[in-house]
Amino acid sequence: MTTTAPPAGPVRRNRSETLFGRHPVGMILAAPYAVHLAVVFAYPFAFSVWISFHDYFFAAPGVVVDHPFAGLDNYRAVLSDPAVRQAFRNILVFLVVNVPLTTGLALVLAVALDRVVHARTFLRVAFYLPYVTASVAVVGVWLFLFSSGGLVNTLLGPLAPEPSWLVNANLAMPVIALFVTWKQLGFFILLYLAALQNVPGELYESASVDGANGWHRFWSVTVPAVRPATALVVILGLITGANLFTEPYLLTGGGGPSGASASPVLVMYQRGLQQGEPDFAAALGVVLVAGVLVVAYVNRRFLEGRD
Amino acid sequence: MRRTFPAALLTLSVALTAGCDRGAGVVDAGRANAATGPITIWLSTNQEEQTWGRAMTEAWNGRHADQRITAREIPAGRSSEEVIAAAITAGNAPCLIFNTAPAAVPQFQKQGGLVPLDSFEGGARYIADRSGETAEQYKSPDGRYYQLPWKSNPVMIFYNKEIFAHAGLDPEKPALATYDGFLTAARAIRSSGAAPAAIYPAPSSEFFESWFDFYPLFLAETDGTQLVRDGKAQFDTPQGRAVADFWKTLYDEGLAPKEQYTGDSFADGKAAMAIVGPWAVEVYRDKVAWGAVPVPTSAGKPPGQITTFSDAKNAAMYTACRNRATAWQVLKFATSRDQDGKLLDATGQMPLRRNLPATFPGYFARHAAYRQFADQAARTGEVPNVPNSVAIWQTFRDAYCQSVIFGKRPVAAAFAGAAEKVDRLAGGS
Repeated sequence: MTTTAPPAGPVRRNRSETLFGRHPVGMILAAPYAVHLAVVFAYPFAFSVWISFHDYFFAAPGVVVDHPFAGLDNYRAVLSDPAVRQAFRNILVFLVVNVPLTTGLALVLAVALDRVVHARTFLRVAFYLPYVTASVAVVGVWLFLFSSGGLVNTLLGPLAPEPSWLVNANLAMPVIALFVTWKQLGFFILLYLAALQNVPGELYESASVDGANGWHRFWSVTVPAVRPATALVVILGLITGANLFTEPYLLTGGGGPSGASASPVLVMYQRGLQQGEPDFAAALGVVLVAGVLVVAYVNRRFLEGRD
Repeated sequence: MRRTFPAALLTLSVALTAGCDRGAGVVDAGRANAATGPITIWLSTNQEEQTWGRAMTEAWNGRHADQRITAREIPAGRSSEEVIAAAITAGNAPCLIFNTAPAAVPQFQKQGGLVPLDSFEGGARYIADRSGETAEQYKSPDGRYYQLPWKSNPVMIFYNKEIFAHAGLDPEKPALATYDGFLTAARAIRSSGAAPAAIYPAPSSEFFESWFDFYPLFLAETDGTQLVRDGKAQFDTPQGRAVADFWKTLYDEGLAPKEQYTGDSFADGKAAMAIVGPWAVEVYRDKVAWGAVPVPTSAGKPPGQITTFSDAKNAAMYTACRNRATAWQVLKFATSRDQDGKLLDATGQMPLRRNLPATFPGYFARHAAYRQFADQAARTGEVPNVPNSVAIWQTFRDAYCQSVIFGKRPVAAAFAGAAEKVDRLAGGS
């Protein structure tokens, strides 16, 4: 058997390869999305980073406005603002409730749906329906459920919390987390269902031959096999939490009671758009993005890097 | 490939940043102020105002073929103010907007989005002649008019006569003039089971909600002192705390709910009272047997001495306008006596015109329900026209929610902290 050695010396690349890489057609096909990313994400993000380091407000065209460099002033203002600190604490509560609940429930329901024979389509649609329904449309139902005279308190009777759920500083954020879990569950079930189709049946057969019961097969075969999907679900759950806006805006009347359910994005909206302080809002946005990146990185290390 | 993609993104971003044409939409003010031609105006989404706006536009266009108005609804957005602020930044705001909130004017002015109306010949005199002393409240700190006081919705207490009768209260002359009287009535309503709530103002933390609970009573208690005067907060005073204590009692005793209600609590019979403007006359006409009284004061001032919140919406000219001479003429036409009468007829809202009842005696003779609102319109207070107006209201609302509604802090401590911050904001920092 003979082998052909690669030619010695530097590899020569022609000009088009230098410009467009080894797959020019792929580059052309990807270009529209790259432009979309640049226009819709990269440019606004770069601009907001710039704004966050300047004394900035939005002015009409032609109006000469000085935007002096502000250094870290906006970041200092963000990090020392009690409303911002409370919003981040609120989000932490949200994530602690929402992410494990979403991940666990979505996986269990996906496994159950994968095995169900009858009414499979109906059940999938039923789980997916809240995801495609606007929060505005379903928030009224949750207000009916969790208001002081609502269904939940009626069922709980004397065990109903006082103050009631949505005006209780300790319970408002967990209720929002429950609402978002319920609303997003259909999408995450779909992700897990897709992942389950790639789990080889032989693994379950081998586990059965080794004497594994249903729980062992789930824990030792299913859970590790869908780990990439779990990583995605957790990251998407984190991003959802970081972007939380509509639910506290609608469900608790703008982050009530007394800011107990305010989110960083809600504060960004209030300061950046309502109060005309885009520099503060931009700095808060950058802090939020940095936080999500760090948590997502840690999550990836834990969930994807263990093989 | 790995390097090419980020590089392409970065290059495009830089190119966009560098190439972003901030020159687009720039208008030469001197030339625009003298220019005539077609203009665009925005109207609120309110159906009655749309009806009036379309009729006004047709009347103008019939006589000015070369200076036609195109009237549009304010584009949909989370709020009109955000849409207008975005339009100012983009340079595509219309010439006139007949729905400019006074609280947003300082921000629009800071953006360079508003044309001072006194830059037109006779502009300041026209505004002062039309609105009288009330117009002073709408001057900006630089002494200029960036808004034309257009119409108000002076708020009063609406009450449900059937609920009052069920609670054993006099439905024709209820004793609601004092805080004590109001609280006694509220307790009777709750204890009799006539309604789940005595009154149901929105307990949410949006900055503008204070205009419909605390502020009308504060204006009444202080004979029209604005939230901020001479750069200083005015609510951390005995009068301000008295108003806050009144509302706190309502919340503490469960007479006003702390949860938000998604429907119309007054129309649904969930609340016996509501703080509303004259728009409510038409809205509740066939739903509730209602009566109206001025907002209460601690000492029970006579109705003729009560000042309340105006809930005004004004007209303003925007700097993206290229035909400002036409826009100014349209502004005067749309706020003329004739058009004010038509606005009153179509909407029931009160033109910010002095001596309103005497100006339109026929209308108020035909529509007696609006008469007391017209009387009240002569005594209204506006939001202060100061820098950081929205931030000031949000600061106040946060302190109010914490102390009055949810009782997390004592009123005195919350108001003192908020007043300190408001002083800084009003000073422009």
